Amino acid sequence: MKPVVHDFPHRAATALADEQLQGALRQARGGFVDKRRKALEALPEYPQIRAAAADIRAHSLAHLDFYLERFAERAEACGTRVHWARDGAEARQIITDICREADARKVIKGKTMVGEEIDINGALEEANLEVLETDLGEYIIQLAKETPSHIIAPAVHKNRAQISSLFARAHEKLGYKEAVTGIAEIVGRAREVLRQGFLQADVGITGANFLVAETGSMVLVTNEGNGDLTSSLPDTHIVLTSIEKVVPTLDDATTLLRVLARSATGQPITSYTSFYTGPRRADDADGPSEMHVVLLDNGRSRMLGGDYAEMLRCIRCGACLNHCPVYGSLGGHAYGWVYPGPMGAVLSPLLLGLPEAAHLPNACTLNGHCAEVCPVGIPLPDMSRKLRQEEQAEGLGSRRDRALLKVWSYVARHPRLYHGLAGCAAPLLRWLCRSGMIHFVPGLGTLLAARACPAPEGHSFHRLWQKKSAERTS
Amino acid sequence: MPKVGLFVTCLVDLFRPNVAFSAIRLLEQAGCEVVVPEAQTCCGQPAYNNGHSRDTRAIARQVMTAFADCEYVVAPSGSCAAMLRLHYPRLFTMDAREQAKANAFAERCWELSSFLVEICGLEAGSGHYVGKVAYHDGCSGLRELQVRHQPRQLLGGISGLKLCEVADGESCCGFGGTFCVKYPQISARMADDKAKNLIATGAETVVAGELGCLLNIAGRLERLGSEIRVYHLAEVLAGRTDVAPIAGLESDS
Repeated sequence: MKPVVHDFPHRAATALADEQLQGALRQARGGFVDKRRKALEALPEYPQIRAAAADIRAHSLAHLDFYLERFAERAEACGTRVHWARDGAEARQIITDICREADARKVIKGKTMVGEEIDINGALEEANLEVLETDLGEYIIQLAKETPSHIIAPAVHKNRAQISSLFARAHEKLGYKEAVTGIAEIVGRAREVLRQGFLQADVGITGANFLVAETGSMVLVTNEGNGDLTSSLPDTHIVLTSIEKVVPTLDDATTLLRVLARSATGQPITSYTSFYTGPRRADDADGPSEMHVVLLDNGRSRMLGGDYAEMLRCIRCGACLNHCPVYGSLGGHAYGWVYPGPMGAVLSPLLLGLPEAAHLPNACTLNGHCAEVCPVGIPLPDMSRKLRQEEQAEGLGSRRDRALLKVWSYVARHPRLYHGLAGCAAPLLRWLCRSGMIHFVPGLGTLLAARACPAPEGHSFHRLWQKKSAERTS
Repeated sequence: MPKVGLFVTCLVDLFRPNVAFSAIRLLEQAGCEVVVPEAQTCCGQPAYNNGHSRDTRAIARQVMTAFADCEYVVAPSGSCAAMLRLHYPRLFTMDAREQAKANAFAERCWELSSFLVEICGLEAGSGHYVGKVAYHDGCSGLRELQVRHQPRQLLGGISGLKLCEVADGESCCGFGGTFCVKYPQISARMADDKAKNLIATGAETVVAGELGCLLNIAGRLERLGSEIRVYHLAEVLAGRTDVAPIAGLESDS
C-alpha cells in the first residue's frame, strides 16, 4: 500500500471523529490485554522464556548473513526455490513471474503483512490474476477494499453489522439470498465461499512467522487453518516473507512460538502451527508440487548494526499495539501504512524515511507500556526518542515548535531569569484561568477544548520559599 | 541526618507550590535536612523528549552542579526522578568522565515515595484523610523506577483513607509532557478514558505522585462535571489538603 504517513494529524482527527470506529476500538482493547495477562499468569517461567526469546532474536540478527545462507542452502536441498528481493518491486516481479510460469489464473492468500508492505495484491491484479484472501479478517477488508488496521486482527475496526452488510452485497451474486448476522453464521458463510476458492486456486501465497536455518523450514501460525489449505491445495506454494525472520534451530523457533501466541492472543499456542519444508515428496499424499520462498529486504539490511537494529527482533505479535493508548484511540488506519502502533511508529520511519513518517515517533507519550509487554525486549520508547533526535538534527518538523523549545531551553539554562519569569507567570496564569481569558491564549485552543486548565496557586514555589527563608533568617 | 536536596520540578514550582511544601514536611518528619538549591529550574525532559540533545546536556550539567553537595536528590515526581536517575547517564555516553559523574549523580536521585520507604525506612504514612481514594500510577515512576507498592504502602497508614484500584490502571492518562500540546485531541481521548475509569471507582479523591498526570486528569474530570477531588500524593501524606484541590477555577468562580 502507498504510504500516507505524512497525513497523520488529519487521519488521526478523522479516526477520533468516527464513532463506529471508536466503539469497535473500545470493545477490542480490553480483550487482548486481559487474555495476554491471564496467559502469562499461567506461565510463571515467562520472564526466563522472554529473555531467551530476546537472546535468540539478537543472536540471529548478529549473524543474519550466516543463518540466511544456511537457511537458503537447506531450503534448496529440500526442493524449495529461494528468491532474494532487494525491494518491493523485485518481489512483485518474482511472484508475478512464478504465477505466469505456472499458468495461474487464480491465487489464494494467507495473511501476510510483508505482502501488504509491497502491495502484492495490486501487482497480481495488474497481471490479470484473481486474488482471494482466505484469512477471515483479510477477506473482510478485501471485500471492503480497505487495508488492515491491526497486524494480527486486520478487521478489528469493523463491527458485526458492517461485516454482515459487506457479505450480503458480495455474496448476492454467488446466489446467497439471505444476509447472515450471527457470528457463527458469518463464519459458516465465509467457510463455504472460501472453500470454492481453495479448490480452484492455482497458486497459494502465505507469509511466514519464522524461517529455520537448521532445516530450511518455514513456520506459519494461524487460527483458522486457512494457511494450511492455502499452502497444500494449490499446485504452487509461494512463501513471501522478509529476511529478518530467520532463527538458527527448530528449538529456537519453538521458544519464540511460546511467547508469540501468548503475547498476541493470549493462547498458549495457535490453533495451527505449520512447518513447511519443501514441496510434496514422492511418497507424500498431498502438497504442492512447487514451493518457492521470496526473501524481502526492503530496507532491513540497512538497519543491521545501526542504532535501530533491535527493531528487527520484532515477531509481529501485536502486543505493543494492544497496550498502546494512542493506537487504542485511533486504530491502525491513522498511521497511514502497513505497520501501526508503537512498532509501526518506529519501523515506518526506518523503512520509509523520516520526512514521510516523522509524526509517528512524536505521537507517543513515552509511557513505556509497549516495551514492557514486548516479548523480545525491543526498547520502543528509546527508539522513538532517538528518532526525534534525528528529526531535530535533520531540521525536520515544525519550525514554530523548535523555536519555542529553543526559547524555553535558554530560559531553563538561566536560573535567575527562569525564577523571575516563573514568579510573574504564576499569578498571570491564575488570572487567565480565573477570568476565562486562558481560552484566548494562542495555541491553547485545542488543548483546552476537552479539559479545563487547572489554575495555579498563584505564586511560584521558589518565590514563596525565598520569602519564607528570608523570614526564617531575619 | 542526611542532607536532601529537593528537586521541586517546574510544574510544581509554577502550578502547585503546596506539593513542594508537603514534600519538605515529609522529608523533615523522616529525619532529613532539606535544602532547595536555587540554581535548579527543570530536569530537561521537554528538550530531551523532543530530540534537543545539546540543550538537554546543558540543563543536566546545571542540575548536577546545583545539587553537588546534596547526599540525596528527591523529586515529588516519577518522571523527573527517572530523568535524573536513568536518562542523565545516557546523555553523556561520548565522554567517560562526564558519564561517570552522571552515574554517580543518578544513584543519589529518588522519587519521593520510594525514597521515604526505601531509604528513610518509613513503613506507613501517618495522619488522617477521610474518603475513598483512587491512586493513579504515573507511567515513568511505575515502569522506569518501579514505584508501585511504595505510595500504596504509605497511603495505607493514613487513617480514614480507603484505597481503591482503577480499571486499566496501568494505562497512560494522555499527558505525556509536550505530547498533550502537540497532539491535544489524541491526548484528550486518552484523558477521557482515564477520567471515566476513575469515576467508575466511586472514589471521592484521586491521588498520584506526578503533577503532570494530575493536571491533565483534573482538567478532564472537571469538564465531565465530576466532583472528584484531585491531590498530589505528598499533599495527602503531609496532611496539607486544607488547600483547594487541583482543578480549574471554572467551577468555583
